[in-house]
Amino acid sequence: MTALFRSFWRSLTGQERAAPAETPPPVTPRPASATTLALEIAPNDPLVLYFQSAPGAVDVETLRIDSPAVQALKAARVKLAMPLVSQGNLIGLLCMGPRLSEQDYTTEDRGLLSNLASQAAPAVRVAQLVRQQRIEAQARERIEQELRVARLIQQTLLPQTLPDLPGWQIATHYQPAQAVGGDFYDFIYLADGRVGFIIGDVTDKGVPAALVMATTRAILRGAAGRLLSPGEVLERTNELLCPDIPPKMFVTCLYAILDPASGRLHYANAGHDLPYWRHAAGVTEMRATGMPLGLMPGMSYEEREVRLELGDSVLLYSDGLVEAHSPTREMFGFPRLGALVGQHSGGEALIPHLLDQLTAFTGPEWEQEDDTTLVVLQRASRPTPSPDAELRVGRGGGGEDRSLQADAWPMLAQFSLSSEPGNERQAMARVAEMVKDLNLPPARLDKLKTAVAEATMNAIEHGNRNRAELPVDIRVLTSEAPAAVAVQISDHGGGKPMPEPGTPDLDAKLAGLQSPRGWGLFLIEKMVDEMNTASDDVHHTIELILYLSGGPDAHPTA
Amino acid sequence: MPTQLLETKVRRVTDGPAVIDLRGEIDGSVDEALNAAYTEAEGYQPSAILLNFSGVEYIDSTGIALIVGLLARARKGGRRLLTCGLSPHYTEIFQITRLSDFMTIFADEASALANSK
Repeated sequence: MTALFRSFWRSLTGQERAAPAETPPPVTPRPASATTLALEIAPNDPLVLYFQSAPGAVDVETLRIDSPAVQALKAARVKLAMPLVSQGNLIGLLCMGPRLSEQDYTTEDRGLLSNLASQAAPAVRVAQLVRQQRIEAQARERIEQELRVARLIQQTLLPQTLPDLPGWQIATHYQPAQAVGGDFYDFIYLADGRVGFIIGDVTDKGVPAALVMATTRAILRGAAGRLLSPGEVLERTNELLCPDIPPKMFVTCLYAILDPASGRLHYANAGHDLPYWRHAAGVTEMRATGMPLGLMPGMSYEEREVRLELGDSVLLYSDGLVEAHSPTREMFGFPRLGALVGQHSGGEALIPHLLDQLTAFTGPEWEQEDDTTLVVLQRASRPTPSPDAELRVGRGGGGEDRSLQADAWPMLAQFSLSSEPGNERQAMARVAEMVKDLNLPPARLDKLKTAVAEATMNAIEHGNRNRAELPVDIRVLTSEAPAAVAVQISDHGGGKPMPEPGTPDLDAKLAGLQSPRGWGLFLIEKMVDEMNTASDDVHHTIELILYLSGGPDAHPTA
Repeated sequence: MPTQLLETKVRRVTDGPAVIDLRGEIDGSVDEALNAAYTEAEGYQPSAILLNFSGVEYIDSTGIALIVGLLARARKGGRRLLTCGLSPHYTEIFQITRLSDFMTIFADEASALANSK
């Protein structure tokens, strides 16, 4: 403890029972006013040494020692100084000014003062201890409060739900350490149906780490909504983070984009622990080089890709797991983790398995050193069968199950296009030409054209993934009762889940929280009277139906 | 990819908005042209920018995304974004997508200028 010696009165002012007013003034008939002399005596001041050898009241004027404290006492016109000593430590001084009678203090006065000092010293000591404890308790409370804030920030920003991807199993585990580290994970739903997986760790702990985590997460989300490649997303995040991050802090982060249809996992890594990929041939660390975020601008990030086959799984994790210690200070370590991932069949059950192994390793007495975060991603070992091999996206999200309507309708025409960007314009023009004789009102023809163009664009980009050699097949069918036209557009994107049309959140897009894209399916659904979809293992087909009757803008309820 | 799908021309109307005349088609590929025109219009420091769509024959969903991007820029810059010259079809699309909640749609340039003071 720093020895801050305060004058006696200051020490006592908090103590009612020993209030100086109750103490009879040494000699004078009327009470002298007691004041607090703010005097700090350094622990190495010669006066401290002096009092150790000469306990008892001293005449300040006669002191001939070179001491800042004595100078201060003299300047304050202190005549007599009585040390307050508790357990051998000088804890304060009882200082007397000149007697009001202007006579010197008598031996009797000094005796009285000495008695007073011997009784007051322990009381002052107790008061000091109580005050010190109160300050420490307040400091502890403040730290607790900060930790609560940090935990709250962190937990609020973690995703509340897991991605629901048919054919994939995703599970997470997040356990903050007492001190709350800066772990985070996130899922980003991209407009093209792919899903971004983020795991990261901010250096430092508590509120500073939580704030940097919140900032990083926001920047990552913004970048991921606009940029397609994981390396670019990390590069952009690094640029934006660098000027704002506090010195000596940085963020390790892995960003991987999963295409649920093909199983491709495209990733880049900013200095984060390497994920483990468990596949038929064993376990592989998913390497990709890159510096942590926030260290220096101008970094670039290597991109790699793996393809997850049926039954493969990937574990993303934070260093809280690998850096946990056993009672003998051995570290959990990467080799152990890699081996555990290899022995286990993966999926959701991998998480409790790893946590059990961790507990067995650290022992029950272990105080968690850092946050532990685990994210497991597994491709189901068998493709999930869709009911009747057909999926329907109902208008307005209706749950009614319906397959394509127009299969039995007479076909007016059909044609195929290669999957090159821009070919949707051809599809639009050719369909418009084919339905010319149906005399659709111009407003409805415009709608059909927009719907055909958007659906063809989806087929080229998402269904056929811009692979020019894959055709988009388009059929135009008509019906007399009800008088309607149907356009069926098929691509090679079968066997994967259909995205729900939903309503794009324009407010979130304008606020930069969501990609500005993602309007296609929504527009298609609004343009036509009915939209149906069906998939088999190879093809995916979208069917657009527009009724001829019912006026230019009537949408008969189906 | 066809080149130069979209032509843009930027001009300032005295005491009025900066006007971006658009001619051609708006899809994701015209990102640069559209944003460059917007930046040029911003250079006039106008309180409003009018997008004149009267020469536009085609807008697709990726073009809508670009317009969302312009709207976000306008918001950030504290400017109003106005439109004119949209066909009835694209007017409806702007309504369906709620873009019209954030940018006033005028039938033609004259009415836009008369109401943008």
